[in-house]
Amino acid sequence: MKTMRFAVACLLSIAVATSAPAFAHAFLEHASPAVGSTVHESPASVRLSFSEALEPAFSRAHVEDATGKVVDAGDGHVEAADRTIVAVDVPPLAPGTYRVRWRVVSIDTHVTEGDYTFTIAK
Amino acid sequence: MRFTLLSRAALVALSSIAPAVAHGHGFAGKRFFPATLATEDPFVADELALPTIFWQKMPGEGDGAGTRETHVSAEFAKRITENLGVGIGTTYKIVRPDAGETQRGFDNLEVHFKYAFYRNDAHEAIVSAGIDWDMGGTGARRVGAESFSTITPAVFFGKGLGELPDDVKWLRPLAITGQVGVGFPTRSSTTIASDDGETASRALAQRSALLGSPELRHGGHTQGTSNGDGDVERHPHTLDWAFSIQYSLPYLQSFVQDVGLTAPFNRMIPVVEFAMSTALDRGASGTTGTVNPGIIWAGQNIQWAIEAVIPVNRRSGDSVGVLAQLHFFLDDLFPQTLGRPLIR
Repeated sequence: MKTMRFAVACLLSIAVATSAPAFAHAFLEHASPAVGSTVHESPASVRLSFSEALEPAFSRAHVEDATGKVVDAGDGHVEAADRTIVAVDVPPLAPGTYRVRWRVVSIDTHVTEGDYTFTIAK
Repeated sequence: MRFTLLSRAALVALSSIAPAVAHGHGFAGKRFFPATLATEDPFVADELALPTIFWQKMPGEGDGAGTRETHVSAEFAKRITENLGVGIGTTYKIVRPDAGETQRGFDNLEVHFKYAFYRNDAHEAIVSAGIDWDMGGTGARRVGAESFSTITPAVFFGKGLGELPDDVKWLRPLAITGQVGVGFPTRSSTTIASDDGETASRALAQRSALLGSPELRHGGHTQGTSNGDGDVERHPHTLDWAFSIQYSLPYLQSFVQDVGLTAPFNRMIPVVEFAMSTALDRGASGTTGTVNPGIIWAGQNIQWAIEAVIPVNRRSGDSVGVLAQLHFFLDDLFPQTLGRPLIR
């Protein structure tokens, strides 16, 4: 019984400790255009929404065409109004498959990175 | 080797002037590997598993009574450097025989060291090596804790399949992790002395049943014989091997195809674990182990998991058990204190 009480006390202590705001890795939650999607018009920008606030100085995204050439406007940035969003403008794009690459640093300095493709249909 | 040392020195120097960013627990590139329950994962991390709860009905030896076992475990792991970590764990066991008195007590303490010596982010791969020390004599004999230690050096690995071509893109969320090690008991045999040979045999049978638990993979191959002084329990070397196959729905959602999953499914990782032990010598033979299908849910700061524990043969058990765990990512919960390496 003592052991059980000790275990419960430990769990409660941890629950209290973890109820305070905490920071974590930034996971990609949504993207526009969506991951793996096919769209029928060239988007004006690519927007990535993450689970955590990001460090603007170290968080970037860019868009490549099928040959690996960067085709975005080079202005990838964390939005000032919502630091969970990284956006990058793109010029009108021809039909084809494009890859979005991102590397972000959450405010607790953890790095996450990734990439995905979307397709512009003819 | 000299080049490697120089390279490492250069990397250390570079890291000291680079922005203080860190890859956290369980990441190799964009792949997140969850902490698995029966397979030691290859990562060095600051983490706390509390509690891990295991329940299973174990068969008796011969006509002997079986037992119902409940284990409540805790494990704390801490990074010493970015790639070197230490961990300590303990298990409280409740053993309820079908006939007889319930036994309770702590199993032996376990201490382990692990060093991650290879990580390739582009290929979602990691390899580490470690050593586990089951500290003999630190637990209660009445619940099967050994009086001797077992040292198990092992290699751990993880590999994601994110490089698969578009034709099979739905397989990209798959990953495999595994471990292979050899358990070296510090004693080859134990004699259970008794004036009453029947009592000694019964004690040995009871201990064999206790040690048959798939969680106690080192002890699952106890081999008993009798001599004039009592019964002899042999402790073979064991090949301990385990692997997990996992399908990451977060990976699917973030990197392959947004299929519209919402919480809680967008953080779930279906997994099947295989945890095995093969006796190598000292009169013991065969393999014991379990197959554990289950679900892991990995959140921002914690993960929970539940698995069925299915014995692969009668020596490993005769009923399906349950294994569940609550796991805390200390590097995310306490990034500036408890969740950072001791030496940076």
